[in-house]
Amino acid sequence: MKPAPFAYHDPSTVDELMGLLAERENARLLAGGQSLMPMLNMRYAMPDHLIDLNGIGDLAGVAETGEAVEIGAMTRQRDLPGSRPAAGRFPILAEALAHVGHFQTRNRGTVGGSLCHLDPSAELPCVAAATDAVLVVRGQDGEREVAMADWPTAYMTPNLAADEALVRIRLPRSAALDGQAFAEFARRHGDFAIVGVAAMLSLDGDTIRRASLAVAGVGPQPVRLAEIEAALAGEQANEATFKAASGEARGIEAMSDAYVSGKYRRRLTGVLVERALAKAAERAREAA
Amino acid sequence: MGVRYFGAEVRRVEDARLVTGNGRYVDDIELPGMLEAAIVRSTEAHARIRSIDAAAARALPGVHAVFTLQDFPPEYRDRPMVQPYPAPVLLQPTTQYPLAKDEVCFVGQAIALVVAETRHVAEDAAGLVAVDYETLPAVVDCREAVKSGAPLAHADSPDNIVARLRVAFGEVDAAFADSAHVFEERFLQHRGGCHAMECRGVIAEDRPHHDGLTIISATQCPYLVRRNVAAYLGRDEGRVRVVAPDVGGGFGPKAGIYAEEIVVPLAASALGRPVKWIEDRREHFVTTNTQRDQEWTLEAAVDADGRLLGVRGRVIHDNGAFVPYGLLLPMTTLTPLPGPYAVPALDVAMEVAFTNTAPNSPIRGAGRPNAAFAMERLVARIARELGLDQAEVRRRNYVPADGFPYDTGQKFRDGSPIRYDSGDFEGCLDKVVELADYAGFAGRQKAAREEGRYLGIGVSSCIEDTGVGPYEGATVRVQPDGKVLIRTGAASQGQGHETMLAQVCADRLDVAIGDVYVMAADTGAFPHGIGTIGSRVAVNASTAVFDAAESVRDKALSLAAERLEASVEDLEVEDGVIGVAGVPEMTVTYGDLARQLAPMAGGALPRGFAPGLEATSYRTSDGMPTASGSNIAEVEVDIGTGEVRVLRYSVAHDCGNMINPMMVDGQIVGGVVHGIGNALFERLVYDESGQPLNNNYGEYLLPIATEMPPIAITHQETPSPLNPLGIKGAGEGGTIPATSAIVAAIENALEPFGVVIRSYPVSPEELCDLIDASGA
Amino acid sequence: MENPRHTHRIALTVNGAPVEAEVEDRLHLGDFLRRELSLTGTHLGCEHGVCGACTVMVDGQAVRSCLMLAVQARGRAVTTVEGLAADDGTLSPLQEAFREHHALQCGFCTPGMLTSLTAFLRDNPAPTDREVREAISGNICRCTGYQPIVAAALAAAGAKAAEEEN
Repeated sequence: MKPAPFAYHDPSTVDELMGLLAERENARLLAGGQSLMPMLNMRYAMPDHLIDLNGIGDLAGVAETGEAVEIGAMTRQRDLPGSRPAAGRFPILAEALAHVGHFQTRNRGTVGGSLCHLDPSAELPCVAAATDAVLVVRGQDGEREVAMADWPTAYMTPNLAADEALVRIRLPRSAALDGQAFAEFARRHGDFAIVGVAAMLSLDGDTIRRASLAVAGVGPQPVRLAEIEAALAGEQANEATFKAASGEARGIEAMSDAYVSGKYRRRLTGVLVERALAKAAERAREAA
Repeated sequence: MGVRYFGAEVRRVEDARLVTGNGRYVDDIELPGMLEAAIVRSTEAHARIRSIDAAAARALPGVHAVFTLQDFPPEYRDRPMVQPYPAPVLLQPTTQYPLAKDEVCFVGQAIALVVAETRHVAEDAAGLVAVDYETLPAVVDCREAVKSGAPLAHADSPDNIVARLRVAFGEVDAAFADSAHVFEERFLQHRGGCHAMECRGVIAEDRPHHDGLTIISATQCPYLVRRNVAAYLGRDEGRVRVVAPDVGGGFGPKAGIYAEEIVVPLAASALGRPVKWIEDRREHFVTTNTQRDQEWTLEAAVDADGRLLGVRGRVIHDNGAFVPYGLLLPMTTLTPLPGPYAVPALDVAMEVAFTNTAPNSPIRGAGRPNAAFAMERLVARIARELGLDQAEVRRRNYVPADGFPYDTGQKFRDGSPIRYDSGDFEGCLDKVVELADYAGFAGRQKAAREEGRYLGIGVSSCIEDTGVGPYEGATVRVQPDGKVLIRTGAASQGQGHETMLAQVCADRLDVAIGDVYVMAADTGAFPHGIGTIGSRVAVNASTAVFDAAESVRDKALSLAAERLEASVEDLEVEDGVIGVAGVPEMTVTYGDLARQLAPMAGGALPRGFAPGLEATSYRTSDGMPTASGSNIAEVEVDIGTGEVRVLRYSVAHDCGNMINPMMVDGQIVGGVVHGIGNALFERLVYDESGQPLNNNYGEYLLPIATEMPPIAITHQETPSPLNPLGIKGAGEGGTIPATSAIVAAIENALEPFGVVIRSYPVSPEELCDLIDASGA
Repeated sequence: MENPRHTHRIALTVNGAPVEAEVEDRLHLGDFLRRELSLTGTHLGCEHGVCGACTVMVDGQAVRSCLMLAVQARGRAVTTVEGLAADDGTLSPLQEAFREHHALQCGFCTPGMLTSLTAFLRDNPAPTDREVREAISGNICRCTGYQPIVAAALAAAGAKAAEEEN
C-alpha cells in the first residue's frame, strides 16, 4: 500500500498556490491528509501533482468580524474547541469535533479538508449546514462565496473548480442560536456516524423562537430539515413537541448501503432529532 | 528444588526490547542486496485466466522480474501446494497453486509476483500487469453451496462438498422418543478475520553452495513451513531453515502454509538475491485465512426438569475456496461438543462446503466458540421454555465435579476416547456468580427499567480442550558462564513464552530467572517442533523444559558430588551455586561444571560423563488437559438506536495450576475482547458476486478501547493430572464463551420484547428490527 | 522547473538528533523512519490511518506517520518510540508501567500506544479511565483487550502526580 509517484509542491502563499493550480494538470490539494493520504496509499487517488497547503500560513486561524466567525480552511480540528471566537459562539463545533476521528487525527485534520472531502456522514459539513456556513473560495480571478446548501454538487464532490481552493469558512453570528447540540450514532467512538444530527434552538421563555436542524448520513450531503424547523417555531419546547418533530424527521428520505438500510437511518434520524432537540433546549434554558 | 517463580506474577523478559522499539519483526530485517516483492491478485471471485501480460511491468525501471506460474522451472508449473493435513474423509483436499495456473477461485488469489528495488516500484509494476479474465459463476453463501445445482466454486469439481463429517454417540433416537420436550433452533454464526496487528511477511534467501534456503516468516509454525516448503520444492529439510522472529500476533491463521512462503523462495532462488514480501492490510483482508460462516440446525431432547437427554442436528461450514489447513477447523467445531454438559446421546453431521471466498482456517478458539455458542443457546432455549434461571439450568446439566475423568462418548480418529481430565464446572459457576453480583442484578435491572433503560445479564459456560500433542521439545543448556539457554521449537506471537519457560527452568535448576534466556522458533537451531496453536505451548513446551531441566540438574549434581566429594543427597543449590549442606566453603557453580563438561583441546572429560551440561526432552502431557470457565456479561441496550453497551464482564476460569497468573489474565482479557468483537462488531461482508466489501479498518470493525467493559477475573485451579506441572492451556478460554454471554445478556435485556437472537455479530439495526417485530 | 525523480532534500531532528536526507516525494514519514533511518520501532499496521501502530510525535503532537509525507517533516522535531527512554536507557514512567501492568503481548501496537499516551498524558496529567480509553480509541490492539494498557496509563499518571507532590 504505497502511493503512486507524484510531484510534491509546497507553496507558501495563496498567490503561489493559484499559480500552481493554473499550471498543473491532475493536481490534488493536500490539507491535513487524514482522508487523502489513505486514498493515496491505497492508490484510489493517483494525482500527478500534490500541492501541500500546510506551508501557507494565511490559511489557518480563526477571526471574528462584526457579523461572522471566520475559520481559515487550514485550521486544525484540534485548535477549534480552544478557539474562543469559534467555540464561544458555536459550542456545537466542539461537541461535533469530539466525534471526529481520534485526537491523533485531529492533530493533523483540518476544517477545510473535512468540508472538501464531504464524506456523507461527516460531522463538520453537518454543522456547517446547520449554521448557514458560507464557504469562501479563491480562484484565479479572486474570491467567490458559496452557501453551504450549494457546496456539495454530487457524492463527495465540492463546488470547487480544478484551479480553485477553499480558503475559509464563514459562520454568520446570526446563525448561532442559544442552545446547540450535536448527537450522533456511530458503531464505535470516532467512527463516521451512521446518522448525525445538529440541532440549535432559541427560546422565548418556553416557546421556540427559532430552530435549526441538519442531518448527516442520510444522503450524499447533509440535509437541513427546513419544514420541521418552521413547524417548531412558536411551539413549546417540551417532550411532546420534540416527539412530534422526531416523528416528522422519521419520514426523511434515506439511502441504503451494504451495512445499513434506509429504514434504519430514518429511525436513527427520528431518535437523534428528539435527543438533540431536548439537549439543545436544555442548553438554551441554561444560557437564558 | 525451589518454587520461586512458578505461580508468581513475574514481569516479562520480552518487554524490555518491545517497549523501546527494539523488537525485530520480519519487516524490520534488512539483508544485503535484498529486493522487495508485490503480488498481482485476482480481482474476480471466480474466473478463468485467458492471458497475463506482464511486458509493461517488466519494462519498468527498477523491476527485476515478474513471475507467473509459467515463469517458474517446469516441474512447478503443474504442482499445486501440498495438503498439510491429508485425511481420508477429505473428499476434495484441493489446495491452490502458489500462483494461479488457469483458474482463480477467490478475490485476492495470487496470480503474479513482481520483484523490484523497492515495494513502491513493485506496486507500480503490479499495477501494469494486465490479466484477462473470463468470469465464471461464483458461489458465496455456504448454505447455497451445498445445494445441488449450485454454481461450482471450482469449475472442474463434481460439487462443492469438501467433506462430510459426523459425530455420534449414545442412543439418540431413544433419547428423543423418551423426552418430555424437544426444542429446535437454527443459528447462523459468523466469525471474522484474525487481524494480528502485524500482517504476514516472508523473507527468503537461497545460498545453494552454502547453507541452502533460509526463510524468515511471521509464522506460528516454522516446522510446518519447513516441511511443506521442502516437500514442494523437492529439497532436503536439512537445507531449508525457517525462522520466526518476533511475531506481532498470530491468533490461528499464521499457523498455516501460504503461497507466499513458496513463491518468495522461488523468486529468491531464481534471482540469486534475498527477496522480502510484506503483506499489507488490504492483502491481509483478502488472503490471510478467515473463519466466517457456520449454520447450525440443532434439536435438544430434554426431560421435564430441563436436563439434556440428547442433541442432534446438522452444521454447514463455510470452508472458503481452498483447503489450506485440512479439516482442523471443522474438527475443532465438533470435538468440543457437548461442552461442559453431560449429554448422554449426540448425533451431529457437518457438511464442509467450498465457496468463492478467502480460504478458512482456525481463528482464536477455532470451532470451539461455535460449538459453545450452539450449546449455550440451546441451554438458553431450555431455560426460557421451562422458566428456569440461567445459572440453574446449567447446574442441572454440568458434568458433576466427581464425574472426572469424563468420557464424552466421542472418539478421536485413533479410537481413543475424548476425555475431560478434570474440572469443577459448578464451582467455577459459583465463583463467577459471586464476582458478577448475579444475585443483585434483578435490583439493578428493575431500577434501570424505571428510568427507561434496559439492562440484561448473560451467563455462558465452556470447556476448552488444550495442549494437543504430539510433543514440543526443549534443550536446556548451561553455558560456560553459568547462564542457562533454553532452545525450543515453539514459536511465540506475544504469549510470553520466554518468560514462562524461564520461570519453569529457573525453579527446576534453582537459578535466578535473569540467568535464563530462551531462543525459539528456528528450525536450524532446534530439530523438531509442532507450533503454537490450540493453547498447547504451556502444556507441551513447559513440560519438556521441566523434564530437560531436571536432567541437567541431575547431571550437575552427580558431577558436583564427585568434585565436592559429597553425596548427592547432601547437596543444595541456590542461585546457580551448588554447595554441601553445612559446609559453606564447599561450592561449585553450574558454570564451573559446564566448563568442565566442555573442555578444550588438552583437557579431559570427567569419566562417565557425556559432554555438555545440557539435556533435551520431548516429554509431553499424557493427553489433553481440559480447561473450563463460566462468564457473565452485563449489558445495556438502547432501544432507540439498538446500541449495545457492555457494562461489566466477569470471568471465572480454570486452567489448572498457573505458571504466571498475570500472563494468564492477559490471555483471558484479550480473548474476551476478541469474543465481544465477534458478538457485536466483526463481519466480513461479501457481495453476491464474491467481492469483499469492507477491506479496511474503517468498515471492518475491530473492538476498540472505548467500547470494551471492565473485565474482572477470578480463578479456580483444578490441577491437571496429565502433566507434572498440573497445567492446562489458557489461550482461548476467554474467547470461547464470550460471544454467547453477550448474546444471552442482550436477550435478557430485551426480554420485555421477547427478542431471541439466532445469529451474530448482532447489529444495532437487527436489534431494532427485532424490537419492532415484537410489537411490544 | 520539474524534478523528474520527484525527490526533496529535507533536514529535521529525530529523537533529538539532526538528520538530513534526500527523500522521494511519495515516501510517507513511517517508511522514512523505518527504511531510511532504520528506526524500525515505528510499525506499519494498516497504512490507512486507523490502527495507530505507526503513531509518532511531530513537534510534540501525536500523529499517524503513515498519513504524513516525509517531506512534510522538514524542519520538524520527530520523536519515535526509540526516543522515549532517557539517554542512559532508563525507561520512561509510562514504559515502566507497561511492563508492570502487562500492557503488551506481541508488542506490535505498543510503539503507537506509547507515543499516543506520552503526548496525551503530557496534556492531561490526571485523566479518568474514560479519557484514557478515548485517547487510545485510535490505537488498535488485538492482544491485550486494552484493560492493562489503561491501567498502565493511569498508573503512570498517578506516579507522576505523586512525584510532583513530593
